[in-house]
Amino acid sequence: MKRRITFPMIALCVGLLFLYAPIISMIVYSFNNSRLVTVWDSANSPTIKWYLALLKDRPVLDAAWLSIRVAAMSATGAVVLGTLAGLVLARFGPFRGRALLQGLTTAPLVMPEVITGLSILLLFVSLEQFFRIFFGWQFDRGMVTITIAHITFTMAYVTVVVQSRLATFDDSLEEAALDLGAKPAKVFFRITLPLITPAILSGWLLAFTLSWDDVVVSQFVAGPGSNTLPMLIYSKVRLGVNPSVNALATILVLFVAIGVALSAWLMRRAEKRREREMRLAESGR
Amino acid sequence: MARGRPRNDEFNSGRVGPLWDLFFRFGPPRWSQYIRSNWAGQRLVVAVPYVWLLLFFLVPFLIVLKISFAEFSPLGRPPFEPIARFLENGALQINVLFSSYDYLLHEPLYVSAWLYSIKVAFFSTVLCLLVAYPMAYAIARATPATRNVLLLLIILPFWTSFLLRVYAWIGLLKTDGVINNVLLSLGIINEPLAMMNTNFAVYVGIVYSYLPFMILPLYSNLEKHDHTLLEAAQDLGAGPVRSFFSITFPLSLPGVIAGSLLVFIPAVGEYVIPTLLGRTDQLMVAGLLSDEFFRNRDWPKASAVAIAMLLLLVVPIMIFQHFQNRELKAARR
Repeated sequence: MKRRITFPMIALCVGLLFLYAPIISMIVYSFNNSRLVTVWDSANSPTIKWYLALLKDRPVLDAAWLSIRVAAMSATGAVVLGTLAGLVLARFGPFRGRALLQGLTTAPLVMPEVITGLSILLLFVSLEQFFRIFFGWQFDRGMVTITIAHITFTMAYVTVVVQSRLATFDDSLEEAALDLGAKPAKVFFRITLPLITPAILSGWLLAFTLSWDDVVVSQFVAGPGSNTLPMLIYSKVRLGVNPSVNALATILVLFVAIGVALSAWLMRRAEKRREREMRLAESGR
Repeated sequence: MARGRPRNDEFNSGRVGPLWDLFFRFGPPRWSQYIRSNWAGQRLVVAVPYVWLLLFFLVPFLIVLKISFAEFSPLGRPPFEPIARFLENGALQINVLFSSYDYLLHEPLYVSAWLYSIKVAFFSTVLCLLVAYPMAYAIARATPATRNVLLLLIILPFWTSFLLRVYAWIGLLKTDGVINNVLLSLGIINEPLAMMNTNFAVYVGIVYSYLPFMILPLYSNLEKHDHTLLEAAQDLGAGPVRSFFSITFPLSLPGVIAGSLLVFIPAVGEYVIPTLLGRTDQLMVAGLLSDEFFRNRDWPKASAVAIAMLLLLVVPIMIFQHFQNRELKAARR
């Protein structure tokens, strides 16, 4: 077939330009000297002064630290709960309440964020009242409530990833181990867990990214004084374009791009190794 | 199956009749049966995610539902007061008010927010489809090595912050922004175009943010197409346009539907894009909810908006689930 330039190829190039132009322009302008973001000060640019200013910006650093902790904790919590839910849904067969569990794990995927945020905040408010009235104990909304909310909506993604990974191979290995007398817990840790490790890892990364990125749910459940990085950026952005946000955005975008490229490369390598092993196993038969 | 017993996925789909229960009593038991009969920890494994989701997902909805029928307490009170009052009264008297819902149906501000949300979601879905289809088609036709790179390029922005990608558009669309500067310096326009805070900006933002969600399902469908069908059509004298509309497009409908719903459902409830890029004189539903809640402190109305939004989205969500299940079953065979 001869290669010629077709309409879809042009559309693809234009589409990719559309996807990347805003990000690239943001990166370019983060090196602009002028405080007026859109006026390119060619005499004094490029400059890294906005990056240096960022290093001294206490609120930004605090918010970033809070966001990292929240994202790491919620990703870990989501992985534990999501793996359990995925295992139950894929392996435990029919049991009473299975349909409800399936519904509860998929619903957060399509739920508008404002609804998730509102409903979980109202729960926290009710709990607050409950604890105050019955135990005389006052708890504040902050890191813990944000983490709980994030675990709840990110565990759905982990469940889906783990469940679909478990569905790609049948349970004959697990069965064999059980027949040979292994306890279910041992079967899980020695057989099931190693098989689904890639799914768990990508689930963790997905959950981390979603939590790290979330602004709407956090805004509902965060108490006064606890600002995550997206919340801080959002409040700055509402006031208009800001060169320090450009610098911050550049750091975050590059961070993610490197991470994704690295994990894509690692995954390709693992895939190739597996293919080679499969070929070896086939030829050895 | 050689052993004549249901596979695990048949098991899960609920298509296994009571007859199979009889068969199960014989032959070596399977994983799920061991779990069921031999392991006390099984209940714990089911209970942990179950309890979590009930407590932090289902119960909150019941609270929202309850509050949506509550009475709005005057502005002067601290915002946590109305619930307590409702809780105490609720034990004694039935305190269900439909006033919030009544308001939703009759207040022009609300009605226009609903219509506007649906309109924006619908047109952004259509635009997204128009942009994504040729892109997905080109990726599906590329060589496998190029394909992986292109897919990575499509997915990469999805991993970067959604908020920052929307923010990036402000710099482009502003009156003194990049697009206007370029157009002015090229002499294409004489005065800057007003693009920020318009419908146009909202469409651009939504199409931009949700493009990968449209491309990926389309791609995974188009990639599976049998190329010989197109060659046959060509041999029979059909032009490229005709063979596209009578073969490729009809075959890709499941992908079109999945992608469209993946864009439409979140677009209806979109909050960040319209508040940052959109019109200041017209709210979308999510903005309305957050305004009622944070600005007016009217919890019952905010809850009623949430419930109504859910009811509106139930139908597209059901359709989506239906198609997902069908795809899953097809993939297993």
